[in-house]
This record gives sequence, C-alpha cells and structure tokens, in this order.
Amino acid sequence: MKEYIPHTPEDIRAMLAEVGLQDVEALFSDIPREVRGRFRPLGLPPRDEDWVRRHLSGLAVASSGKGLIPFLGGGIYDHFIPAVVEYVLSLPELYTAYTPYQAEVSQGTLTWMFEYQTMVCELTGMEVANASMYDGATALAEAVLMAHRTPGGRRVLVPRSLNPRHREVLATYAWGAGLELVEVPYGEDGRLRLSQVPEGVCALVVQQPNFFGMIEDLSGLKDRLGEAFLIVSVNPISLGVLEPPGSFGADVVVGEGQVLGLPPSFGGPLLGIFATREEHLRRMPGRISGQTVDAEGKVGYVMAFQTREQHIRRERATSNICTNSALCALAATVYLSALGPEGLRRVALLSFERAHRLAEELSALPGFEPALPGPFFNEFPIRCPDPEGAVSRLREAGIAVLPPEELEKAGLTGAFQVAVTERRTPEELSLFVSVLREGR
Amino acid sequence: MPTGTIYDLGAPGRRGVSLPSLAGREEELLALIPEGARRREPPWLPEVSQPELVRHFLRLARLNYGVDSGFYPLGSCTMKYNPKLNEQLARLAGFTGLHPLLPEEEVQGALAVLWELSQYLRGIAGMPGITLQPAAGAHGELTGMLLFKRYFQERGELERRVKILLPDSAHGTNPASAAMVGFRVVSIPSNERGTVDVAALEAALGEDVAGIMLTVPNTLGIFEEEILKITELVHGAGGLCYFDGANLNAYLGRARPGDMGADVFHFNLHKTFSTPHGGGGPGAGPVAVSEPLVPYLPVPQVVKEGERFRLDYDRPKSIGRMHPYFGNFLVLVRALAYILTLGDEGLREVSAGAVLAANYLKEKLKNTYKLPYDRLCKHEFVLSGEGWGEVRTLDIAKRLIDYGFHPPTIYFPLIVKQALMIEPTETEPKQVLDAFCRALEEIAREAKESPQLLREAPHTAPVRRLDEARAAREPRLRLPRP
Repeated sequence: MKEYIPHTPEDIRAMLAEVGLQDVEALFSDIPREVRGRFRPLGLPPRDEDWVRRHLSGLAVASSGKGLIPFLGGGIYDHFIPAVVEYVLSLPELYTAYTPYQAEVSQGTLTWMFEYQTMVCELTGMEVANASMYDGATALAEAVLMAHRTPGGRRVLVPRSLNPRHREVLATYAWGAGLELVEVPYGEDGRLRLSQVPEGVCALVVQQPNFFGMIEDLSGLKDRLGEAFLIVSVNPISLGVLEPPGSFGADVVVGEGQVLGLPPSFGGPLLGIFATREEHLRRMPGRISGQTVDAEGKVGYVMAFQTREQHIRRERATSNICTNSALCALAATVYLSALGPEGLRRVALLSFERAHRLAEELSALPGFEPALPGPFFNEFPIRCPDPEGAVSRLREAGIAVLPPEELEKAGLTGAFQVAVTERRTPEELSLFVSVLREGR
Repeated sequence: MPTGTIYDLGAPGRRGVSLPSLAGREEELLALIPEGARRREPPWLPEVSQPELVRHFLRLARLNYGVDSGFYPLGSCTMKYNPKLNEQLARLAGFTGLHPLLPEEEVQGALAVLWELSQYLRGIAGMPGITLQPAAGAHGELTGMLLFKRYFQERGELERRVKILLPDSAHGTNPASAAMVGFRVVSIPSNERGTVDVAALEAALGEDVAGIMLTVPNTLGIFEEEILKITELVHGAGGLCYFDGANLNAYLGRARPGDMGADVFHFNLHKTFSTPHGGGGPGAGPVAVSEPLVPYLPVPQVVKEGERFRLDYDRPKSIGRMHPYFGNFLVLVRALAYILTLGDEGLREVSAGAVLAANYLKEKLKNTYKLPYDRLCKHEFVLSGEGWGEVRTLDIAKRLIDYGFHPPTIYFPLIVKQALMIEPTETEPKQVLDAFCRALEEIAREAKESPQLLREAPHTAPVRRLDEARAAREPRLRLPRP
C-alpha cells in the first residue's frame, strides 16, 4: 500500500461489499478483455521516498550549466526573486486549489487574480487583463487569433526582430488557423522598419524591447494600421522605465511574465501576460476575476464573462484555454507587491545601467563593437571577429551568453548577445571584460 | 473577515524587499532612455512592508479551499493529494536555475528528466511517440488537432476531411480545440446506456471526416465498452482517433489507449500524476501518438545516444513548436517523481482505489439522489439534482460548503439535467467518503424540510452566495485608480 492511498484491506473489503463485487478486478470488467490482455507494465518497482529524492537530486546536479553566471537572456532572465514569493507560492490553500469555479470557497484565488489584473493593466497601460495564459509565446499567438476574429484579415505582420521561439510558436498556431505571416525587416539600428501595410492585414506584432534588446519607437504605428490590431509583446520589467504600449494605441499587450518572480526553470512553467482594451473584452481569451457582491451586499469576486469560455461556448469559444498559469500569476502579484513602483523602476534601471556599462567596456576592446547601434534596454548583441571563440572563452571562465546561432535565427550574423540584470555584480562584469581582453 | 485587496494596505514609501542601490544615478540614467519611450508616470502598484504582504496573502490562503484543506470531489479534475516530496524536488536549484537556451551539453540532467519521463509516458500510453511541450490538457488537444491537420495535409486529404466527430458528453475544450484548427464539429449522441451510439457514429462517418475525439471513460464516468469497434470504424473510414486523457485515473496501470486504437492521447499531469493544480495551472499536457503520426510531432525531440542526450531538430514534417522551450519542466519533474514512487504496482493501486471509491459513493448515494445511469462506473459518476422541488443542484453544491466539503462539478456533462459530477480519487480515506455521504444525505433531508436553508447556502463560508449576474452586468475587472 502506497503512502498516498489510504485504503486498507479491510476498507477495500467493506467498500467492495457495498458495491456488490467480489474483488477489485471486477471493477474493470467493462474494459474489453482484449484491451486488458494487451497491457504491458513499465517494469518499475515501487520506490521509497529517499530513493526517489536521491535519484532526482542526482539529475538536478547533473547539468553543468547550473553553475554558470547567466549573462544569458533571449526571453528568459535571471532577476532576483524575493523570499516572500516562494513563501506565498507554498501556501497549501493556494497551490492545492483548482480553478475558482466555486467562488465562495475561492475568494483567496479570485482576490489575488483581481489584484494581478489591476497590476497588469497598470504596467501595460491597458484597460482589461486576463488571469494569465501559458507563456509569452502562446499569449502572442492567441492575441493574433483574437485579431483575426476582430478586424479580420488573414495576414499578420511579424518583425524579423521577434524572439525566434515566439515566432516559431506563432507560426504553428497561424498555420492551424490558416493565417499568413508576413515578415517586417529591421533597419541598421536594429529597430522595426515598417514600409507599408499590405491589404488584408489583421495585426502588426511588435516586441518591446525586441529580441536584440532594442527599444522600439511605438509612436505612430497604430495610425498606420487603421482597424488592424497593434499587438505589443513586452518584457514587463522594462515597463518600470518604458512608456506602456497602451499610450501608443496598442490593441493587445502580451508578454513573458517569467521575469516577475519566476526562476528560469529550464523554460517552464512561465507566465503569459494578456491585456487589451475594454471594447475587445468579449473577444479576449482566458479567465477573468470580477468584483461583485454577495447576498448580504459584501464585496466578493467571481469568474466573470465565462460565456466567452470553452466550457460554456464550446466550439464558438474565444479560445480552448482552460488550465492556464495561475500560480505563476500569483508569483507576479507577490513580486510586484514586494517591489512596489519604486522597486520595479530600480530593477529596470539597475539592469539598464549594468548592461550599458558592460556594453561600453566591451566596445572599448579592439575588434569589439555593438552589432546594432540603436537604444537598448538590458540586452545587446556584440560583434567581434570570432564570436564562437569569444563564447567558448567565456564558457571556460564560467559565463553563459546567447550564442551566435540563436541570433542567426533572427538574421543577425557575426555576433553573440549579452543580457544583464540587477543580479550581475560589478565583479562579474569585470570578469566578463577581462576574459575577452585577455583572450585576444 | 475583511475583504480588502493589497492596495488597501501599506503607505507611500513602504517596500517589501531591499534591492541594490542606484547610488543617486536615477535621473542621469533615465535621461539615457529615448524621451518618447521613457515612462511618464509610474504604474500604480502596492507599497507594503514585508509583514503586511505576508499577512495579506496568508489571509487570502485562508479564504480558499485546497486539496490540503479537505475533500475536493470536483468531477473531471482529479483533485488528488499532491505529494510533498515532489514539491521539494521541483525546487532544487539544479532544476529551477537552468536557463533553457544553454547548450545541450550543459543541461544533460534536465534532458535526462525529459527522456525518462518520455519513456514512462509512452509506456503508460502504449504508444510510440511523445511530446512533453503542451502546457495543459487543452494545449495538448490543440497539438493533437494540428497533428491531425498535418497528417491529412501530407496525404492530400485536407480539403475534404473537414469534420471532427464529438460525443455529446465531451469536455468543452474538445470542440473549442477542433475549431481552432478549422475543423467543423459534428455531435454524436449518446445511447441510453450513456455511451457512444455506434449506429449514429457509423452513419456520420464518411470521406469528409478527419476523426473523432473521445474521452475514455467518458464524462459520465462510463467506459466505452465498444471502444475497439468505435476506433475500428473510424480507422476504416480513413479517420484518426483522439483520446482525451483527462480520465486516465480510471484505468492507469491496467489498460493503454494505444491498445484501444488511439492515434493521439493527451495526459493531464496535474490530474492523473498528482502535480498541484495551482489555482488553475500551471499544468502539463504531454501528447502521445501512434506510429503514423510520429514524424509530425513538435520539435525538438530528446534522443539518447549512448550515455548522452541530444535535441533533435531535424524533423522536416514536424508541425513546429507548441512551446518556446520544453514545456512546463518543473511540472514534468514532479510527475516523474510520482511515477518512480509508485512503480507499476502503485499505478495499478491508483486506478483500483479511484474506481472503488467512486463506485462506493455511487452505491451509497443512489438511494438518496437520482442516478441517471445506474451501472458500473470508473473513477467518477454523475448524479442528478432533479426532484427536490425548488432546490436545484447549485443549492446542494453550495450547502456542501457548510458541511466542510468542496462541491463537485455541477451542470456538466450537459446530457444530465442538474448534473452533480463526483470524482473522489484514490487518496481519500473511507472515513472521509462516509462523512461526505452523510452530509449529502443530511442535505437531502434539509431539501425537503427546510429548502430555504439550501437556497441561501453557504452560511459559513467567508462570503455568502455571490451575485454572478452582476459581475457581467456591471463589469469591475480591476481596481480603479484612487
């Protein structure tokens, strides 16, 4: 008998008697005999708790990359996570609950979702936000599907400077929905260059800052799109210092929320941020917490606008999404509450400052120069005569960066990319520079 | 109890964490940001000290009900106990600290996790191919529908195979997933035994059908006894069979979807494999496939060469990526720990315990409540709340809260009027099951003697019954700025 299953032989006998069956096998008599006959076990013995702990702990230490100093970004960043985030995420009534279908016993979940939605609206400058999508890439794909449902049109303008992983996920969804992705190039400064908006476009996607870390100029874009959606994919940390896309007329703002209190975790779980304008509310995918009152007039929260969702609307739903990334959205809520407006700005500025300091020092090395000269946030590509060699020298010194092949996916050659957060110390910056200086 | 949000706490200047200093360089740095892009007004965020923050979220936790609080028989959601070992393992720095873009030689331990779990899940499904990328069950369904699309595209049949058949008892995610890929949904009725009407299925099959999406056992908790006939008919018509694996807890360790004719099967690791539901995610929805669909699986695939693991991107027929990296890795870690802990014997015990508990509750409760399909069930069953006059299923559900239980799923599946869908899982002691039956029997007595008590329930929850209509009529979806 396993520790998670409390039925004793006596319990089993008593329950079988109530059901009127002789043995447990009889419970499965409705599965065709042929099917049961084909069953093959895994060949796994049961294990005790310490065995499993040792086995998994062994795999956890088996990745040499865990000890590297991460100057590695490309969509996932190493920001500091306050201890209170893990504390809250470990509260059992929060992490062992499911979707708040029964509002009266889910006020905890529904309240923090309401707080989260408020914070996302504040960060992005939008009017409504949902309670999360899986990750930034699928949030972007869903935003494009929503644009296709709203102004219509089968073409989507996608910048070459979009995170290649996000583009790949978007391409999969777009193929499924019969949409066409039309590439928009970037100029010599690494920023979006939109020459003309072709016919039949339902949306323009912009990443802010873009995959290369460059700060895009969002002004005037919406005017050129007319009814077509302006979809902006953000790094939410940057919104501590960058004007929110809502100010530039964005129709949907999405983003990867991992930076708000989640560790890199080999890329998952992540947090898909999704916010839009009130006029598009009924076309927005995902769950929403709404404020209401109870029978005695006391303020409380429920899941609102469920008539958009698959369990009510079925094939006419705004999306098929059900389980999302709730606990990750809770992490973001706690993170933003701990930092406050001043803390968020400081994390953004510290990351910005250290990135610029490093860029300056690297550019002073002979042969090294910024691959793209535009304004950047906390990440930048650097060009040098032998980028592969530079990356491997850094690796030998215990430093990880984004290698050239990842940049090549976005059309940039001869460079590697460096991301800097507030966690990178002056000593680590010095080490970085000295490795490349001495390696020459 | 107070109902405030975190915005009601704190004061200007308070903070919940200390950060490195900017050494007075703030203005100088801000000036480096292009003026048009520089933020003009800070976001309105809470300003709270750490003790305030902790007390707020602890208070919110206490307003909630989780599996650790008590019995949570939410049908179709498999709210089983979440082992604490698995939580500990998912927090190991060697897992949480890994960046997904590190080169594969730097992440051999993480790739080993993916590979091991893939092996076991393929074995459990009895199917040769798998992807761990889908982040939830519905994401797995979408993956499956895209695989269907690619399969028919490769065969030059995409133009005519436009329909997906769906039993009328299907989860709402199924039709929504099919629609996202442009398939037209055709409903197949259930027969009087609660299973697929095979004659109706046969009549619906034709050259325009891409396939069927089945939930096995179905949402009534009934096993499709004619499953082999059903999949044979669909395959015979050139279609594919999708199996929604939400209900795998019913036959874990005893039968395999691959042996029933499944071409695509999605797991819900947050259901069957005990990873926590998190208030609505993150989950994980790995997808297993039959041989003909293997070439179309998402990239990359993890392969083992000698003692090393490698990521294989060279799969020209792949549908592409479903996730930017490798799926919800930390959820996968927990599921692997669960499978290793149980072993074959434990996996069999899971389905035995889950099915026994469901049948036990069904037999005890059918004397009090209407049981529309009175037959052997699997891991869950559906009662009807009809026949109590003005008292409806919603009232029964809300009254259960006063008795200390989380209500079952209600009003689903749609084919049962006033449905109460009960899934006890294998992790509840018999005493808890008995107490739940007593509560429902007591509630039945109350329904006759004092219906108002039910109509106004809950009475002991942090809030009384909430006005859902008002939330739609007068939407308040964020706090207004002060």
